[in-house]
Amino acid sequence: MIPPPFTYAAPTSLEEALALLQQHGPMAKILAGGHSLLPMMKLRLLEPEVLIDLRRVPGLDEIREENGYLHLGAMVREVELEEHPLIREKYPLLYETTRWIADPQVRNMGTIGGNLAHGDPGNDHPATMMAYDAQLVAVGPRGERVIPAREFFLDFYTTALEPDEILTAIRIPIPPPRSGGAYEKLERKVGDYATAAVAVQLSLAEDGTLSYVGIGLTNVAHVPLFAARSCAHLQGQRPTPERIDEAAQMASEDCNPRSDLRGSAEYKRAMVRELTRRAFRRALERAQGG
Amino acid sequence: MEAEVRTPPTICGMGHRMKRKEDARFLFGKGRYVDDIKLPGMLYMDIVRSPFAHARIKSINAERALAMDGVVAVITGKDLEKYNLHWMPTLMGDTQMVLPTDRVMYQAQEVAAVIATDRYIAADAVEAIEVEYEPLEPVIDPFRALEPDAPVLRTDKGKTDNHIWHWEVGDREATERAFQEADVVVKQQIYIPRIHVASIETCGCIADYDPVEGKLTVYMTTQAPHVVRTALAMVAGHVGLSEEKIRVISPDIGGGFGGKVPIYPGYVIAIAASVLLGKPVKWIEDRSENLQADSFARDYHITAELAATKEGKITALRIKTLADHGYTDAAANPSKFPAGLFSICTGSYDIKHAFVEVDAVYTNKPPGGIAYRCSFRVTEAVHAIERMVDVLAQKLGMDPAELRFKNFIQPDQFPYKSALGWEYDSGNYPAALRKAMDLIGYEELRREQAERRARGELMGIGISSFTEIVGAGPSRHFDILGIKMFDSCELRIHPTGKAIARFGTKSQGQGHETTYAQIIAEELGIPAEHVQVEEGDTDTAPYGLGTYASRSTPTAGAAAAMAARKVREKARKIAAYLLEVSEEDLEWEPGVFRVKGAPDKSVTIQDIALAAYTNHPPGMEAGLEAVHYYDPPNLTFPFGSYICVVDIDKGTGQVKIRRFVAVDDCGHVINPMIVEGQIHGGLTMGFAPAMMEELVYDEEGNILTGSFMDYLLPTAVETPRWETARTVTPSPHHPLGAKGVGESATVGAPAAIVNAVVDALSPYGVTHIDIPITPYKVWKILHEKGVV
Ligand SMILES: Cc1cc2nc3c(=O)[nH]c(=O)nc-3n(C[C@H](O)[C@H](O)[C@H](O)COP(=O)(O)OP(=O)(O)OC[C@H]3O[C@@H](n4cnc5c(N)ncnc54)[C@H](O)[C@@H]3O)c2cc1C
Repeated sequence: MIPPPFTYAAPTSLEEALALLQQHGPMAKILAGGHSLLPMMKLRLLEPEVLIDLRRVPGLDEIREENGYLHLGAMVREVELEEHPLIREKYPLLYETTRWIADPQVRNMGTIGGNLAHGDPGNDHPATMMAYDAQLVAVGPRGERVIPAREFFLDFYTTALEPDEILTAIRIPIPPPRSGGAYEKLERKVGDYATAAVAVQLSLAEDGTLSYVGIGLTNVAHVPLFAARSCAHLQGQRPTPERIDEAAQMASEDCNPRSDLRGSAEYKRAMVRELTRRAFRRALERAQGG
Repeated sequence: MEAEVRTPPTICGMGHRMKRKEDARFLFGKGRYVDDIKLPGMLYMDIVRSPFAHARIKSINAERALAMDGVVAVITGKDLEKYNLHWMPTLMGDTQMVLPTDRVMYQAQEVAAVIATDRYIAADAVEAIEVEYEPLEPVIDPFRALEPDAPVLRTDKGKTDNHIWHWEVGDREATERAFQEADVVVKQQIYIPRIHVASIETCGCIADYDPVEGKLTVYMTTQAPHVVRTALAMVAGHVGLSEEKIRVISPDIGGGFGGKVPIYPGYVIAIAASVLLGKPVKWIEDRSENLQADSFARDYHITAELAATKEGKITALRIKTLADHGYTDAAANPSKFPAGLFSICTGSYDIKHAFVEVDAVYTNKPPGGIAYRCSFRVTEAVHAIERMVDVLAQKLGMDPAELRFKNFIQPDQFPYKSALGWEYDSGNYPAALRKAMDLIGYEELRREQAERRARGELMGIGISSFTEIVGAGPSRHFDILGIKMFDSCELRIHPTGKAIARFGTKSQGQGHETTYAQIIAEELGIPAEHVQVEEGDTDTAPYGLGTYASRSTPTAGAAAAMAARKVREKARKIAAYLLEVSEEDLEWEPGVFRVKGAPDKSVTIQDIALAAYTNHPPGMEAGLEAVHYYDPPNLTFPFGSYICVVDIDKGTGQVKIRRFVAVDDCGHVINPMIVEGQIHGGLTMGFAPAMMEELVYDEEGNILTGSFMDYLLPTAVETPRWETARTVTPSPHHPLGAKGVGESATVGAPAAIVNAVVDALSPYGVTHIDIPITPYKVWKILHEKGVV
């Protein structure tokens, strides 16, 4: 439970942070809230020689709407999302997802950027960002680039971020009127990673058909999943109970969970089906209600 | 019903909800735990542990570690072998490696120790030690362990199989006959899984050997400091450690629950290191080491059978159990009781015939079998009988409450001699169950359940009417390593009428500093706030066996009352002298002796205390103090009835505890608030294994639940709201009429929860579920039964 020796740097600008990252190469790691990185170091699963703390880099902790997007700085902490009125009122999916993450201690430290950059299929924000069709903004020596959340998660603990890039922001399209979202997570206790979890974001057209559907799945494959077939099945359709059931069934077929102490793969598939139904129903109620 | 309160709040004797004296210290962060203690020149120890469950050690290469700056020594089994300290006895008289010289027997077993000038260097050096292993076939399943071709684990003991011991009690033939004659027989396999106490403070010590004086001081997380001192003197006498030169100090302890009774290899290595190096050596386990290597509890594979008439009168109980002890029997039971007090398994019921047998086996798992918040295997016993009563009720189509009423030992049958040999001191089981049923509204709940069932909803109601057996000794039956299980109090009254009392027990959160003070306040009228309680230092406290098995109030609490009564007898003599009357002319009310018939002529205990040092009667010894070693005539038998109501989410398998009512009876209550605290904590510690906790191993013996990410402990969010109440049936033999209470709820709660879940699923033919009841397990049953 004690990590090997390492040095610590706390740059005060993004340029400085990027320079440090380049200088130390793969031996360096960005430190955000530390609540995934430090446990791995304590278990000596990761042994970085240099930690580059982003805490003092200005401008990474903003929450604002601009140009059709909700802009979230990578260093926005979970507790800030939880307490922000804008998030609570207009982004119920994000709000609920945040509330399901770990416990208050972890949420006081953990950041949304770290949660995504870690590439852990058990983390909750990735599925939600896929459901929102969010964009991730990365800055590196070659400048800035935007990566769709649905293309960000490549493998177990592997993302589209290059080792010399820093994730600076997340952009979520501002949902149109008659939108709703919900997150359903089955966990064994507070602070547990999901047995299975489902993020649903949807919008209704004037005629009651679905003008947008995004469904993301947590911890039921080696990467967070976008339930593409389920979304396509619902897109442009009326959300009848039969259709919702069919889409939920597809999600349970398209995931690829592993049996472990949380339950068998069969159980997890069944949970994906059940939770998709439940999340969809609640998202729909929200869209219809406002 | 609260116990009768005889003292005013200024004195705060029995029955007062006095706030705990120790809490200020804990709440202000001023508790002093082992890891808070820092001695000059102190070195730090860390341990290399085995990645394999069963392997031969081919070589240990410590060169790289020894070359590191700050590394002082690396200790291996070969080093200890030179002093014949590589093996030690367990409290059960088995043998346990301190460090291996040949084979490792479980994953995370200690292999070597590093001593360094700094905790962090020690951790880095552990990584630098290269150990070459030759993996051997592990024996993980205890049933496999008994197969003739299973690898034999304890060849060091000359064994030819993995069987440790067979133990049985009861009348086999009479029980057999009762089963043959029975109208109805039910049989159920029940596994009570391996769990861990997971106290918030892990284990650790500082061994401080003074080479000049030859004196060893050990600060240690132990529930039984005196036993540790004697055991160390017995084990290390041959290297010159003699008992008067050993001082064991048990400072504040962050939870023990039985896990801090054993003497772990880490303690012994730290002591050896301190003796070898002549410097203090600190060793503190981390959480994973604690979970992976320290003693486990439970792990009983039970086959239970009940025989009954068709009217529901239970006629016989038969239990056969396989106990997985890991690679050595490191339980901490009284020595004549290898399966602890498991024979309390006839429970609250008047069962004429019973027969119980237990076989213990070795496997490649951590050693133990400790009594996790339970008086030696009582949880296992209670779980078995309380489950079986429900299995029988289901078979007979009878309400489980009705079946219990039909079979309870009746109040007029006490003292009651059980078929397995115990003499229950007192009880009123129907009253406790009736009260619990009234509080929860049992009949109404059954009506609601019928309605919900008609709608296809899953709701269950479960009862557990347990009987505990706590407070060992009587010393004629109970000893640890031959040391009789009495306990002690040494009480001194200061000239200004304040007191200090020292005990052989050791609080780990139970509130002794308050409870004992209240007992002395009750007996002497000295305000409880002026009674200083001390425990845990073997140089100052009187000898005692420590705190576990709910024994502190039954033994040391009784000793406190008896010591105070001795003081009162001397005080009476001094009072008579001061008031110039004879002793018979005096009457006592808390804190004052008055002359009968002349109530304005009186002296207070404070006046008497001063006189004891300034103006005592000629010919009498000065001072006012007493020592009492209390040897209880019998155990105490606390009991209670718990009722749990659950709702099950069919879609996910999640079980929600809607209500849980706990009616406890621990005789006279010393501090109702502390008792309720003990019940709340105990219920939570019963809920946890019922729903979440289990130490799981794979086929290779790798632990799959080696951290709190997978070894699940409930938080405040998961924990149900507890509703507590009590009945009071005093113990006839305890000086205060009190019984132990620390473990009742841990013991009684799991069965109520399981019974509720099984009740919810019973329409689908479910008769039993092994704990922990996880959502997955419930879903799987629903799935298999075609419900979802
Ligand atoms: C007990 C416990 C329970 C938990 N339960 C949950 C849960 O239920 N759901 C859940 O979603 N999470 C859970 N977590 C994880 C938690 O949410 C972490 O905080 C989160 O995964 C990582 O965020 P962080 O800010 O702490 O990042 P860090 O731990 O500091 O970093 C994580 C990784 O991301 C990299 N990184 C961080 N920020 C950036 C950046 N801006 N650019 C590039 N790389 C970056 C780091 O180099 C590191 O590799 C739990 C954690 C704990 C300790």
